[in-house]
Amino acid sequence: MTDMAWNRKHLLDIESLTADEIVTVLDTARAFKAVGERAIKKVPALRGRTVVNLFVEPSTRTRISFELAEQRLSADIINFTAEASSLKKGETLKDTARNLEALNADFIVMRHSASGAPHFLARVLNASVINAGDGAHEHPTQALLDAFTIRERKGKIAGLNVTILGDILYSRVARSDIWALTKLGARVTLCGPSTLVPKTFEQMGCRVVHNMDEAIRDADIINLLRIQHERQRKTMFPSINEYTQLFGLNKARLAKTKPDALIMHPGPVNRGVEIDSEIADSSRSLILEQVTNGLAVRMAVLYLVNGGKGPQELTGN
Amino acid sequence: MPESTVILDAMAIRRALARIAHEIAERNEVGAEVALIGIPVGGDHLALRLSKLLAEIWHQPVPVGILDVSMHRDDLDQRAAPKVYPTVIPFDVTGKTVVLVDDVLFSGRTTRAAMDALNDFGRPKKIQLAVLVDRGHRELPIKADFVGKNVPTAREEKISLCLTENGAERDEVVLLKK
Repeated sequence: MTDMAWNRKHLLDIESLTADEIVTVLDTARAFKAVGERAIKKVPALRGRTVVNLFVEPSTRTRISFELAEQRLSADIINFTAEASSLKKGETLKDTARNLEALNADFIVMRHSASGAPHFLARVLNASVINAGDGAHEHPTQALLDAFTIRERKGKIAGLNVTILGDILYSRVARSDIWALTKLGARVTLCGPSTLVPKTFEQMGCRVVHNMDEAIRDADIINLLRIQHERQRKTMFPSINEYTQLFGLNKARLAKTKPDALIMHPGPVNRGVEIDSEIADSSRSLILEQVTNGLAVRMAVLYLVNGGKGPQELTGN
Repeated sequence: MPESTVILDAMAIRRALARIAHEIAERNEVGAEVALIGIPVGGDHLALRLSKLLAEIWHQPVPVGILDVSMHRDDLDQRAAPKVYPTVIPFDVTGKTVVLVDDVLFSGRTTRAAMDALNDFGRPKKIQLAVLVDRGHRELPIKADFVGKNVPTAREEKISLCLTENGAERDEVVLLKK
């Protein structure tokens, strides 16, 4: 019985993680994925612990994935959404969170439209905080599940060419993916309209290309992002139609990629905009595997973070 | 460096496993109902070795599985998360006599977690416990059915099993004094 390379109480971002810590999450997630394939899909690892899902910004798939992960670890769950909450009545985030902590919550899984909100909570609360997406900053569990999916299908991450396409500027998924994949040794290319993919991203160690064919030619993985209408000012590109013409993944473009290049998308998919419907359903699409793996990765994160606050003494054999 | 003593060398480990295999065969007349499940890290390799020895005695293959118990431990809120190993049980445990195999029996909490974890896979007819070393200090009413060697220890000492399967130069069980 050995302990792992993980001593963190929170998961706030990928930027501050080491490659070893990321690999620890991926290895742990492999065992939790197997739990989902059993007849009894539940383990008692978080029995008696309370998790608050604090989703101040709307989310369906991430919230459901976290909720199921928590249930499969036997935790007790409180769901808290912006629409139904006292935040609407003028309560501050800090007071809301303190009230939740007064109920002895052990974990707070948080989605918020403001970058840095989970970091703020981690400073003022005793509970473990897990970032489920903060503004345009980071979405760490998405990056971990993307890395897990790539490693599972390609057998490795180091040395692979990963192209991320679309709305990079407003995408927390892109930022977290860039951190995770470059730390693990992949070569990341970013592509999209120059207004949404500024050259400044080269500072994160990426290649920035504004021609789609060039961006995907040597790609092993093509990760398509959704155009986030809700985060954009109207003037970022002329029309959806033009975006699809220039950056949509269609059959003709796919034919020019490596035959074993695989397609990813964090969802929700805008069929016919960033990806052809047929490609989204093809055998080269990993979209649904990402959903399955997301559950395993979130179980692994909760399991690891739970151990990140006790005494680090080994109990022996 | 802590002081270390070899309490079982390669030959002693081989003899202990051979004896345990014969005791398992003696206790369980119908070999076809027996399956071995090892607890990582250590017990999984010992289970594989025992299955080979038992296959020679019974003249039939003996199924082997690996059961990780980390998710079922009762001390998860008191320590860093233990490393999780993949569980692989390529047979139905229901109706089988399952022999759990671990390297060292200490508090008994790993065994309790293993019995709990095993229940998620089915309902074995019987569960028995085989360990290479019993070092005492039980915290639960658990007793091994098959023991390679009883070693009186102080609570703060550590016992470590080195096996060639894990990259060790030779098989041995070492007692580390603080």
